[in-house]
Amino acid sequence: MKRFSCEVLVDVVTAYLDHELAEPDRDRFEDHLRACEGCARYVGQFRATVGALGELPPQETLSAPTRHRLLAAFRASRRTRS
Amino acid sequence: MGLPPDDVVVAALRTGDEAMFVTLLDTWSRGMLRLARSYVSTNDSAEEVVQDTWLAVIGAIDGFEGRSSVKTWVYRILINTAKKRQLRESRTVPWSSAFERDGEQGLDGSRFHDADSPSPGQWKQFPAAWPAPEGEILASEARIQIAAALAELPVRQRAVITLRDVEGCTSEEVCEILDISQSNQRVLLHRARTAVRGRLEDYFDTVRRSA
Repeated sequence: MKRFSCEVLVDVVTAYLDHELAEPDRDRFEDHLRACEGCARYVGQFRATVGALGELPPQETLSAPTRHRLLAAFRASRRTRS
Repeated sequence: MGLPPDDVVVAALRTGDEAMFVTLLDTWSRGMLRLARSYVSTNDSAEEVVQDTWLAVIGAIDGFEGRSSVKTWVYRILINTAKKRQLRESRTVPWSSAFERDGEQGLDGSRFHDADSPSPGQWKQFPAAWPAPEGEILASEARIQIAAALAELPVRQRAVITLRDVEGCTSEEVCEILDISQSNQRVLLHRARTAVRGRLEDYFDTVRRSA
């Protein structure tokens, strides 16, 4: 059976993580990972990166003046309508 | 998360339920600001984009037809608003950044053996191990590196990775919000993740060498 090279494997990591590799490719991907320390490490780091992106501290939210302006606009729009 | 179903949300907004409006505003605005920042160059511009988006939402809620989720609808308005703003800004910024390339194609091919070598496509050298992954990656300096890497990404890659990995949208939502195909979404996401991982790799290399 044809194996992935490391160079090909690193290109399909996102497809693998999204369960978008078809069955035979998925198996070959996992076989390769079990046999190759470099790729196992790479994929581990890739996953860790994705995880860290999801843990970024929250962004600042809207400033108080903008928030007040939007609330006023919401109130005004409903008043003119009814 | 914690929001009632869409039909309840829409009905409440239409009858002028301020508490519901405030809930949406406070639940989505942070993510919207982060996404808007992919398209415009300053935090102030991003805030204006988000403000204009909410104004458009207020004006259009009576006509909302429910063909997508409310969130997707709001985010699509955000993208349109941000793109218009970006177009206006691009007239005043240098050509080089206005005509942005779509960035590098994944991992540098020179890290693998050539086709005519005895072991084609295999690592020349394994990637170096990272220090105690979880703890170190979440440390503040690594976070600064991740934020910097995001800021340097081409617009579309940045928008996709922000929606998927930072904000936790599904790939279906991302495709709908950005109006791109599933395969396009995957390519952009993969390149973006590869770039961010590369940035962390460089950072940990530097740390290791200076230790």
